[in-house]
Amino acid sequence: MAARQGLSIGAKDIAMNAIGWPNWRRLNQEGIVFAIAILLFAAATVGLPGFLTADNLVAIVRSVSVLGILALGMAVVIIGRGIDLSAVAIMAMSVAWYLQLLNTDTSDGLAFAYVLAGVLAIGLLNGFLVAYADVPAIFVTLATGSFVFGYVRSQLITQDAVPVPQGHWVELLGGLRFLDIPVEVFVFAGLAFLVFLFLRYTKWGRFIYFAGDNPVAARNIGIPVRPMLVLRYVLSAAMALIAGLLTAASLHSINTRVVNSTLLYDIVLVAVIGGIGLSGGRGGVRNVLVGAALIGILLNAMTIIDIPLLYQNLIKAAILLGAIIVDGIINPRDEQTAQQGDI
Amino acid sequence: MKLIRTLMAAATALAVSAFVAPTFAADDPGPAAYAKSLNGKRVMLVPLAMGFDLAQGWAHYLKKEVEAWGGTFETRDPNWVVDAGAQAITDAIASDTRPDVLIIHAPDLNSYSKLMKKAQAAGTYVLLVDNPANFPADAFVGSDWDKLGQLEAEAAVKGCGENSSKKIGLVQGDQANSSSLYQYAGIMKVLEKHPDFQVVAKPDSNWDATTSRNVTTTMLQQHPDICSIIDFWDGDATGASAAIRDAKLEGKVFLVTTGGGEKTADCDKLVDGTYGAVVMTDLARQSGDMNAIIKFLLQSGQPAGTSHTYIYTLEKATTKADLKPDSCWDLKALQAEAAAK
Repeated sequence: MAARQGLSIGAKDIAMNAIGWPNWRRLNQEGIVFAIAILLFAAATVGLPGFLTADNLVAIVRSVSVLGILALGMAVVIIGRGIDLSAVAIMAMSVAWYLQLLNTDTSDGLAFAYVLAGVLAIGLLNGFLVAYADVPAIFVTLATGSFVFGYVRSQLITQDAVPVPQGHWVELLGGLRFLDIPVEVFVFAGLAFLVFLFLRYTKWGRFIYFAGDNPVAARNIGIPVRPMLVLRYVLSAAMALIAGLLTAASLHSINTRVVNSTLLYDIVLVAVIGGIGLSGGRGGVRNVLVGAALIGILLNAMTIIDIPLLYQNLIKAAILLGAIIVDGIINPRDEQTAQQGDI
Repeated sequence: MKLIRTLMAAATALAVSAFVAPTFAADDPGPAAYAKSLNGKRVMLVPLAMGFDLAQGWAHYLKKEVEAWGGTFETRDPNWVVDAGAQAITDAIASDTRPDVLIIHAPDLNSYSKLMKKAQAAGTYVLLVDNPANFPADAFVGSDWDKLGQLEAEAAVKGCGENSSKKIGLVQGDQANSSSLYQYAGIMKVLEKHPDFQVVAKPDSNWDATTSRNVTTTMLQQHPDICSIIDFWDGDATGASAAIRDAKLEGKVFLVTTGGGEKTADCDKLVDGTYGAVVMTDLARQSGDMNAIIKFLLQSGQPAGTSHTYIYTLEKATTKADLKPDSCWDLKALQAEAAAK
């Protein structure tokens, strides 16, 4: 009963009622980004030979699968008015440690148990510090991310790149195909569906919106805001582990250098460009999918045209900026829509 | 005053040696002079990061020699962060234990130029390793990247063969690192001589394996008849090879790359057919070159910044056919050796 009530209140307040197509009459950032993605898709279909082929479309989805999985975890955290800057460190370092344990003849079950325990512990630590010690999420996760990287890199592994042992299940996972579609795509789709169900149809999922929109009010009406917060960071950490395993599966190794790359910003980008407000309480899985679609189509088209990386970054940034500016004009911020705690 | 003292010292030394020499005629003066100039000298290596094969190999060979002649060897690990490297160099120059020789693996052409100048002004010899920079260092030890690119292109042309599509794809590093820019220039020089060969795509990987995989996947879909791909570093060529594997084009696309000649990174992958050819740096010899130039500089007595020597490492494209047991060096073995001490 409580869940259903929560759902109806949430639907009214947050205008999240429509599943499926964005609401065209009142164009928001998600709609704008979706429109840009469609336009790009159409332009690439007409202008680029070989763009609209089954293989290429699969490649596009695959290229953003790992990014999308990480963005799903990030989305859950951001909707609850938080941010997880430790995601990429957890992704790379947990799997690097796992592979290192395997390469030094630790039994598979034990190695996996260690790593899973480590990942959950970091998620719990993030959540605990944010929820109970009241440290801002941005500082907590920045610190734990650095800690995870530094500790694992200096104490547990010997090299940046750790290979997957020959014939190990992670290697076999990377070769898995159903209907010629790589396994990452299915994992991404499956996780997206699960997160959708969680956010939309479970009590705790709905509560995340309340907690993100107004944590104090949510607490006053009896929502267990703090334990839920911990859960979100644990979820994000677990998503990062899955993303890391898929990366290693495809490349047959994991390179911890990825922690220094722009991947973390790309994750936030995918979530935010799709329309999940950094101030919390807004958005859902659909926004992640729209954001991921735009980035995927954009990168693929630019690679086909053979645009140098420097210009690719410039174009990516320009489109992002454009979407934000248009959103700012169509949906101006005012005192009623702005929230305390905006980043 | 100083001059007089020097002259007097010289005169005394001369007198003493003239007097002593006949008695100890069998003694070689070399080792004493060698020990005098080298003993207690400090050598510091600042690579892009300590976590990859090249840096770990250099550190191993340098440490062994430097400690053998009574010097101290240190490394700093900027972990791929340019600022952290700059900080490490700044701290080293300013510290009481300023290194006598600084070996720098430059991230790009310009970032550390000013710092290297400062180091030389403070009296530290500066060696550039592997990546050239816009700075007249005391010596550059590393690959001639242009030549290396030429070797890669020749291997690719040979790997494709006369009856192939003659389409080549490049996976560049980035547009800032000298190793990437010069490698590209070298490749293009060779391909100009083979006008029937064409480069169908040349995306950047940003040295990241996942990006390399994604761009190579797209490249192979656009041009399924590509006969060879040149990826600019074995650190990300695992991505290009994954794309080839996924496209079921193993054996049809001849993958060429370059690396430090580490066993698991290069030779093992030549054996299992992942790579068609690898232009490998002879790391032990490259480290030997560094050791020699360090010993020369420390004994030369010349002020830092006097000479500008280029010592290019001999490079060679290795394929499965000409692989020998000693083609590669084994990082695991070096680590075991270090751990055993």
